[in-house]
Amino acid sequence: MAARLPGSCMKHRSIGLLLLVLAVLLPGVAVSAQQQDAFAAQVAALAGGFAQQAEAVERLGASGDPRALPILRALSEGRLRKLPDGIVLEPGAEAPSEAEAIRINNRVRQALRGALGRLSIVSPDPAERLAAAEAVFRSRSAENVPLLETALAREGVPRIRAQMELALAASRLVATDESVKRAAIARLGGSGSTDARALLLEARAANPSLLLEIEAATAAIDRQLAIRRTGETLFQGLSLGSVLLLAALGLAVTFGVMGVINMAHGEFVMLGAYTTFVVQEACRGVPWLLPWSLPLSIPAAFLVAALAGAALERGLIRHLYGRPLETLLMTFGVGMILQQAVRIAFGAQNREVLSPAWMQGTITLPWIGVPVTQNRLWIIVFGLLVFALVVAAIRFTRFGLEMRAVVQNRRIAATMGIRTGRVDALTFAFGSGIAGMAGVALSQIDNVSPNLGTGYIIDSFMVVVFGGVGSLAGTLVGAFTLGVVNKVLEPWAGAVLAKVAVLVALMLFIQRRPRGLFALKGRAAEA
Amino acid sequence: MLSTTSLTRRGALLAGFGAALGLPAIRPASGQGAPIKVGVLHSLSGTMAISETALRDTVLMMVECINGRGGLLGRRVEAVVVDPASNWPLFAEKARELLQVHKVDATFGCWTSVSRKSVLPVFEELNGMLFYPVQYEGEEESKNIFYTGAAPNQQAIPAVEYLMSGDGGEAKRIALLGTDYVYPRTTNRILRGFLNSKGIANADIMEEYTPFGHSDWQGIVARVKRFAGEGKKTAIVSTINGDANVPFYRELGNQGIKAEDIPCVAFSVGEEELAGIDTRPLVGHLAAWNYFMSIPGAPNAEFKALWQAYIKNPKRVTNDPMEATYTGFRMWTQAVAKAGTTAVDAVRSAMIGQKLMAPCGFEEEMLRNHHLSKPVFIGEIQADGQFNIVWKTPNAVPAENWSPFIPENANRRRG
Repeated sequence: MAARLPGSCMKHRSIGLLLLVLAVLLPGVAVSAQQQDAFAAQVAALAGGFAQQAEAVERLGASGDPRALPILRALSEGRLRKLPDGIVLEPGAEAPSEAEAIRINNRVRQALRGALGRLSIVSPDPAERLAAAEAVFRSRSAENVPLLETALAREGVPRIRAQMELALAASRLVATDESVKRAAIARLGGSGSTDARALLLEARAANPSLLLEIEAATAAIDRQLAIRRTGETLFQGLSLGSVLLLAALGLAVTFGVMGVINMAHGEFVMLGAYTTFVVQEACRGVPWLLPWSLPLSIPAAFLVAALAGAALERGLIRHLYGRPLETLLMTFGVGMILQQAVRIAFGAQNREVLSPAWMQGTITLPWIGVPVTQNRLWIIVFGLLVFALVVAAIRFTRFGLEMRAVVQNRRIAATMGIRTGRVDALTFAFGSGIAGMAGVALSQIDNVSPNLGTGYIIDSFMVVVFGGVGSLAGTLVGAFTLGVVNKVLEPWAGAVLAKVAVLVALMLFIQRRPRGLFALKGRAAEA
Repeated sequence: MLSTTSLTRRGALLAGFGAALGLPAIRPASGQGAPIKVGVLHSLSGTMAISETALRDTVLMMVECINGRGGLLGRRVEAVVVDPASNWPLFAEKARELLQVHKVDATFGCWTSVSRKSVLPVFEELNGMLFYPVQYEGEEESKNIFYTGAAPNQQAIPAVEYLMSGDGGEAKRIALLGTDYVYPRTTNRILRGFLNSKGIANADIMEEYTPFGHSDWQGIVARVKRFAGEGKKTAIVSTINGDANVPFYRELGNQGIKAEDIPCVAFSVGEEELAGIDTRPLVGHLAAWNYFMSIPGAPNAEFKALWQAYIKNPKRVTNDPMEATYTGFRMWTQAVAKAGTTAVDAVRSAMIGQKLMAPCGFEEEMLRNHHLSKPVFIGEIQADGQFNIVWKTPNAVPAENWSPFIPENANRRRG
């Protein structure tokens, strides 16, 4: 498919304007006319086609010219502009209206990463140096060796030193001297990094004489990776488990404790997620509040879902106690009404809930070296906190005591002066409110769309039934067991089959133990 | 669940846009003659509502627009909207209702291939006319359907070729990720054949499927990362459909997969889908389409202005299937005008060879195989949720609905 790239027609024009500004900006840098010409030519080429851009970026990175750093940084952030006739404007300057941002593609981005790494490896900021060392590691070339050696000699921070050593080893892999290469291979083998493994495998073809060393080094990495992979799978299972736990906890109260089959449970989760969105939009007006919109939406989501739950219980469900089939059909209908109502109010499109900075990206757990995504880590923590809250509310509060009394024996509870109707409403509102809080967490990993809840309703019932109806501890153990089993099976069977296998296993389990993992014993169980 | 919508209220407003579109000026629709009925068969609830509601609005916009210009053949056009609710068998029932109860002259509808497969026998039995506006896997040709989206050679194959080219990063290993239904499976079968023909062994191809609405991508993304750690440049080809894309991209961002290292090209992710995601960590990932909202030029500017005026929201985005719906509708009106009737057989023969300057900036033509010739664009996701076009074909490419990379098609006629 022969095709021309858009914008590949390039115009060679002088960039006198830019150089003038630069000369003013950097009076201390004395540059010969020849150097200046070469620099100017490379900068001019940044307005050209993608291939020319990549080449110019590489040259600028190799030049080590400090003037290139702000220009390349602006280019990578989409701030570098050019005039329609191809003149590159100095970054940050007042741009005329006809100026347009210079666009780049992945190839240029890759070149930029290496060039920026080379230019900023001597930066005074340690975070920048670390990022630079990582970038140089990825764009290894023999030319980087002297640069890395000088940087390494000056470096004091052990973490950055380690990364620089790795980068140096990677660059030496393409060196000529056999013994230097051998040392580099050994260094990469000790790193335990997937990227190093990829580099070593890539180097196989070019170094037939060093095949044995390379094999040994990759085997060493593989051993480390195998341990880490087990940790990763476990974390993924716990993460899925915490999502299941959050989705099922509310149901464990309304279905497990009260015995109401609430098919609209998922919609309460969805209401919680939309509340998160509304709170976020409300916070937009107050910039310092925006990072805190997520924590703020937790009580808000609880209240909204609890109110909806109380209205549902008082308005409809209480007329249907003891008639599970009618309750099921009616709540299913309510769920559809809620979905369509939200669709009319907010539209069918997904709503964007931003993740705060502390929930983005990956961190490496310090003691086992397993990389975990931060949003999932926080959701595990949140799930356990909510669980503790529910247990505490039921065990230690007056409301919890009344609730247990009503569940165990409604008539005696009523004769003791407990207003059972009010307790029913509060219990249902409490369960629904927990579902709302789950919605806050799910807004971070799933779509905030009107269908959010439907994906979780089956899983929630599955967890509650598996754990044992009426047992909160069962819900906890059930959720994490199902999560981990699912994730262990997934690499073997694929996502679709793993889910099927878990369902089949669950059916067999329920045949053997109809009351689930933690069966209630005694009078309450027979009631 | 059925509502019959007749739109006239904003007709006057849109008349001006009709003039801009160059539609022939006809006297205002008088009440003479029964109205021409157009069926709209898109899910307005359920999982596909996110994508399909915009297409219903596009058809309604076109109906309003043409009524503002005085209707078609001097008759008013009336839209009949039904909601098949993302339920595949219900699609067939609703199609039958449109054809037998409402006696519609043409239908615009369907998104997923499974819904199209469900209505196809109904349209053939009752001799209806369906305009299908979404890119799909090919391997189909019905005299009752006009396919205004892309065939595999107009989207999937050029995208993978781009990934393997110098500008795309010279990928040597490909991970094919998709939702588990007919479109991703067939497309990936074609792509596997294509990759094998380019010398990529099966060991360098990874294929994974997930259910509709899958939200837990940690394991799969981690496996792709490991797959990429074998010392060859790796790329992801995604046929993930619908809602599942949002958690997928979120996981890519969180696990730190940068487009420079493992680029991901998607076939079902457009401006509308990106509207629900924070796109900053995704800059540089790709999508292949036959239209992007960011395409320059007058035809696209008109299309965007028409849409944003109709929907009364200057920030609403346009996307490829909307453009295909728009193109299909305008070609149908041209064919009806040429045939002088709305009778299905006459309009069908008038459709072949219809040409239109589409919003994508190229002239598209309806070919004998009921597919369009279309240009192919590859765009990189930008921080604002729009696409930066990094590659395009020089001309419109004719559709090959029977892929040469599927062995059973060896004896079929092409083109």
